[in-house]
Amino acid sequence: MRETVPLLFESGAPGRRGFRFAPCDVPEIPLEEALPPESLRREPAPLPELSEVEVIRHYVRLSRRNYAVDVGIYPLGSCTMKYNPKAGEEAASLPGFRRLHPYQPEESVQGALELMYHLERFLCEIAGLHRATLTPAAGAHGELLGLMLIRAYHESRGEGHRSEILIPDSAHGTNPASAAMCGYRVVEIPSDARGGMDLEEVKRKAGPNTAGLMLTNPNTLGLFDENIAAIAQVVHDAGGLLYYDGANANAILGISRPGDMGFDIVHFNLHKTFSTPHGGGGPGAGPVAVTQELARFLPVPTVERRPDGTFYLERHRPEAVGRIRSFYGNFGVLVRAYAYIRALGPDGLRRVSEHAVLHANYLLARLSPYFDLPYPRRCMHEFVLSGRRQKERGVRTVDVAKRLLDYGIHAPTIYFPLIVDEAIMIEPTETEPLEALDALADALIAIAKEAEEDPETVRTAPHTTPVGRLDETRAARHPVLRWRPPGDGGPASV
Amino acid sequence: MYPEELKYTKEHEWLRLEDGRLARVGVTHYAQHQLGDVVFVELPAAGDAVSAGQSIAVVESVKSVSDIYAPVSGRIVEVNSALEDQPELINEDPYGRGWIAVIEMDDPGQADGLLTAAEYKAHIGEA
Repeated sequence: MRETVPLLFESGAPGRRGFRFAPCDVPEIPLEEALPPESLRREPAPLPELSEVEVIRHYVRLSRRNYAVDVGIYPLGSCTMKYNPKAGEEAASLPGFRRLHPYQPEESVQGALELMYHLERFLCEIAGLHRATLTPAAGAHGELLGLMLIRAYHESRGEGHRSEILIPDSAHGTNPASAAMCGYRVVEIPSDARGGMDLEEVKRKAGPNTAGLMLTNPNTLGLFDENIAAIAQVVHDAGGLLYYDGANANAILGISRPGDMGFDIVHFNLHKTFSTPHGGGGPGAGPVAVTQELARFLPVPTVERRPDGTFYLERHRPEAVGRIRSFYGNFGVLVRAYAYIRALGPDGLRRVSEHAVLHANYLLARLSPYFDLPYPRRCMHEFVLSGRRQKERGVRTVDVAKRLLDYGIHAPTIYFPLIVDEAIMIEPTETEPLEALDALADALIAIAKEAEEDPETVRTAPHTTPVGRLDETRAARHPVLRWRPPGDGGPASV
Repeated sequence: MYPEELKYTKEHEWLRLEDGRLARVGVTHYAQHQLGDVVFVELPAAGDAVSAGQSIAVVESVKSVSDIYAPVSGRIVEVNSALEDQPELINEDPYGRGWIAVIEMDDPGQADGLLTAAEYKAHIGEA
C-alpha cells in the first residue's frame, strides 16, 4: 500500500492530451487580434498535460485509499455516520427534483413544495413541536437561527436585556460558538457525577438575565439527562427558553420528543439522523422546529397550503427574523430525508433508535473490561471511554486511534467531550451488522492488550496505511496550503 | 516542574511577582503537557484592562483550544510577541521564554490569594 500517488502536476509529459478537437471550420483569428495586450499571458499557464488514462488512473488510485461508510464501520462519536440507503440518492436524482430551478414559477414546482410542506410536518411530529423551517444549511446554522428566535421572542416582550445563555460543559463546541456569534454571553454549567447537568448549578445561574439554555439530550457522553423536566421548569420559571441541539436525535426517534421534555426550539441534522450523506463539508441541512408561540418569528419563506390544495411560498411574515439563506435551503438533502422518513415510517424510525442504542450498549459491554468508563451507566446511542489505563503504559488515546487504522477500521472521535481525560467516543449507529460491531470490539480489545505487552507498536502506529504518523504539529505551525512549481518560492512539493 | 517562588491558579496559570506592581504570567508545565504541542497563541494587546478570571489569551494545540485566564486584575503592559512565530516556546520553556503577558496589578495584594507551589501540586495530584 505504501506507494505514493504523484500529483497531476508531477505526472504526464509536454504535449500529452486527453482530447482532440475537430478541425476548425471557421477562419481562425489570432489571439493578439481578439484581446488587448494587457489581457494576454506572457507565458503559457503551467498546467499539467496528461492523457485520459493517466487522469482516470490518478483518481481511481486515490479513491481506493478512501475510507467511507460504504467500505466499513465508521464509529465517529457525535457524528452519526450511518449508512445512507441508495434509495435516497434515487429519489434526489429524479429529474423532477434534480432539474428544478429556484426561479421557476410556483405552479411548476408544486411537487417540490408539497414535499417540503410534508417534511416540515414530519419533523414537527418527531420533535413534538408546532412549525419548522427547512432552510438552515447545517446544524450550527440551525443553532444560530435558534438563538435569533430566542432574541426575537425576548425583544417582542420588552425583555431584550436578557443576555445570557446557559450551556453545559459537555456541550458540542458549536453551542457556545453560536451563542457568542449571536451576541450572547455564555454561562457554563458543570456536569454532575452522573454526567448530567448539575441541577443545583442551573438553579443558581438561571435568573432575570437568562435568555435561554442549550442542551443536547442525550448529551455528548451518550447519557440521557434524567433531570430534564426539572431543568426545563427552572429555565422557564426564570423566563428563559430551551434550545435542543438535535445532533444526538438518533437516540430518541419515536421514543421521546424534545417538545414533550419542555424544549421550545429544536434543530435536527438531517445529514446525521435522517441519513443524508455527510462528512467532507456537506451539504447538510439543519431544520429548526419551534412551539406555536415562536412560529411567527420563523424566517421567510415558509411553505403554505391554500384551501384548494395548492402550495405557495409565503414571504410576507411581518415578525419573521428575516431570510437566513438564499432560496429554500439545500433542497436535495431535504428530498433524501423525506425519502428516508417515508421509507421507514413511524415504527421504522423507532427501530432505528432502538438499534442505535442497542448497538452502542453491546459495544460498551464488550469494551468496558478493557477501558475505563468515567460515567458507569448504560448509554444511549453512543458512549465515552477513557484511555487513562493505557496512558499509564505510555500509550495515549491518539495512539489507540492510529493503531485502529492498521486493523482497517476508521478511528472513533477522540479527545471529546473535553470533560473526559483521554476520551474515546464511539457511536456505532444502527446500520452496522453484528460482525462489524464485533470486528471493531475485537480490534480495540487487541489494541488494549498490545498497549500492555507491546506499547511501542501502538505508539508508532499506523504501520499499514499509505502514510505513517503525520507530523500534525509541523502541519499546523508551517502549513503548506498549495503546490508550487519547483523554484517558485515554496517547497517543491511537500 | 513547579518553581517554589511562583504563584499558581487552579486553571493552570503561573504568576511571578516582579518589580512594584508587575506580575509576569504564563501556563504551567502541567498545562503545556496536557495541551500537547502548541501551534498557535492569540495574545492580548498591551494596554488592555483585565479582571481576574477573564480570558486574556487563547492557546491552540493539535488537540484543543484553551482560554488562558488573568490570575489578577490590572492592565496588560507587555505581551510575549515571540509566541506568534514560536508557539512551541510554551512547551519548551513554560516558565521562561514561554511567558504570555505582564500585568500591572491594581492591587499587589491579590497575588496572596493564589496557590503556592505545594498547593498547586496537590491540586493536580502530584503532591
